[in-house]
Amino acid sequence: MPETSAPSPAGDKPKIGNAGAAKKAATGAYVPGDVSPNRRVQRRYSIRLWSIRHSRLLEWFYARFAQAFLLLHPVWKAIGYSRVEAPVTFVEKRVKGMLFDCRMCGQCILSSTGMSCPMNCPKQLRNGPCGGVRANGNCEVEPDMPCVWVKAWEGSRNMVRGDAILNVQRPVNQSLRETSSWLRVTAEAAARRQASEGAAP
Amino acid sequence: MSLDLHPTDLGAPLDPLPGHSSRGRLERVLRRGEFAVTAELNPPDSANPQDVYDRAAVFDGWVDGINAVDASGANCHMSSVGICALLTRMGYAPIMQIACRDKNRIAIQGDVLGASAMGVQNILCLTGDGVQAGDQPGAKPVFDLDCMSLLETVRTMRDEAKFLSGRKLTTPPNVFLGAAINPFAPPYDFRPYRLAKKIAAGAQFVQSQYCFDVPMFRDYMAKVRDLGLHEKCFILVGVGPLASAKTARWIRSNVPGIHIPDSIIARLEGAQDQKREGKQLCIDIINEVKEIEGVSGIHVMAYRQEEYVAEIVHESGVLKGRKPWKHEPNPTDATVSERLEEIRQGRQENQQQMADIAASKPH
Ligand code: SF4
Repeated sequence: MPETSAPSPAGDKPKIGNAGAAKKAATGAYVPGDVSPNRRVQRRYSIRLWSIRHSRLLEWFYARFAQAFLLLHPVWKAIGYSRVEAPVTFVEKRVKGMLFDCRMCGQCILSSTGMSCPMNCPKQLRNGPCGGVRANGNCEVEPDMPCVWVKAWEGSRNMVRGDAILNVQRPVNQSLRETSSWLRVTAEAAARRQASEGAAP
Repeated sequence: MSLDLHPTDLGAPLDPLPGHSSRGRLERVLRRGEFAVTAELNPPDSANPQDVYDRAAVFDGWVDGINAVDASGANCHMSSVGICALLTRMGYAPIMQIACRDKNRIAIQGDVLGASAMGVQNILCLTGDGVQAGDQPGAKPVFDLDCMSLLETVRTMRDEAKFLSGRKLTTPPNVFLGAAINPFAPPYDFRPYRLAKKIAAGAQFVQSQYCFDVPMFRDYMAKVRDLGLHEKCFILVGVGPLASAKTARWIRSNVPGIHIPDSIIARLEGAQDQKREGKQLCIDIINEVKEIEGVSGIHVMAYRQEEYVAEIVHESGVLKGRKPWKHEPNPTDATVSERLEEIRQGRQENQQQMADIAASKPH
């Protein structure tokens, strides 16, 4: 009986993952359901990959969008930035979540990473790929996912300001998680504008 | 006596030199333009300091720095801080690795200060392998900083004497800062720029991942030279012996980020004595890479074959007769033991008798 019930070793497909992650999971170590190294399928990444392929379009669009947001600065100010925070965050989370699988770190650097959200990297690297990228360009940790940084490099090559990928990024400020970076960027730009206007006359 | 030795206390930092950021031997060797050799210590799974001393002793007189790995491959071992503490006690020049996988910025900055206080002169900043690669895949991956922000953090601590938060340090950690490079993983054309980024973040020397594909490394170095990066940092090439074709295959499919071309495996397979061939292969690679412009040294990672490091370094002749520091008993120790011996040989006085004599016959 064992011959029929147990799969023959010769017919085994090569194990996916480092040292057989699934095998290790079977030892009892806790593996959360939807981040299992072996279970994710390509389909889940398709929109994200579309965004990276169209990074130039999105870059152009975001520049317009940021301008519009800045024009609305008096409105935000009238209502109060803290009061618009919740609804804007709600929208931002859904829109960016769909396009980029955004993780709402609250300090968006998509423009510097070829429109590939670095928080999707299992190591959350913000400064480039780790040394473990597989030869096929997939992630070391999640063998089925194209490495976020391989894609980021491709995306950045299409962008006008793609060389921003060469800047060293500061570590994530964890206290800004789940806040709107659209509003923060707008508020900062408005403050800068005000400062320069104040200095001009 | 070697130039790179503190005259009275062998564990103590050397005298500061202009243009040097640390007070260690490795930086001195590199800045003098000598071909440096570093090796990786296999961290023990024990609490016995002797295990560390024994494992360091095999490198004696052959290397300029010893890497103390920080749970490499996400496998649990003695910590790099602990190993460094033991090594500095003996006067070795450890290169402390810090991986971002296990510690957040608070713990890391504390460790940097502690290590520097213990006399660690070199720190290597790494991202670290994912926890899935190791023996405890259920662990929580931290990755609070990444290697780049870690480099910048330590550099800020050293050069501006303050924490990431801006709080002042009274004595900054004077360390020589290193990073790792892997020219053998995609995206290949981004890799040289990533090195540039690391240099911008503070890297002064880099150690590469295992180099088995010399032509690929040559291409990478050509790009690095075009960018002028080899003048801004010292590049040490990672090399190591492969025990057999079977191990090579296993490494290729199970260890993230190591690229072994088929030709290497074929060469090992064709050999009578695979272990010996693996060693010879390593020596051949060293001889090839040492000629590449911009290479300042090698980093020998002979996992579980540490005893071959001396042979490999010797047979490749990269030291050109130079003798790196060797652990010798402290000269002052010798004096002390001589003196103790003398005292032991001397005449013993009976205190009680002398007191009696003094009491009954004062004069
Ligand atoms: S392979 Fe890419 S996505 Fe995966 S951990 Fe490394 S950098 Fe992140």
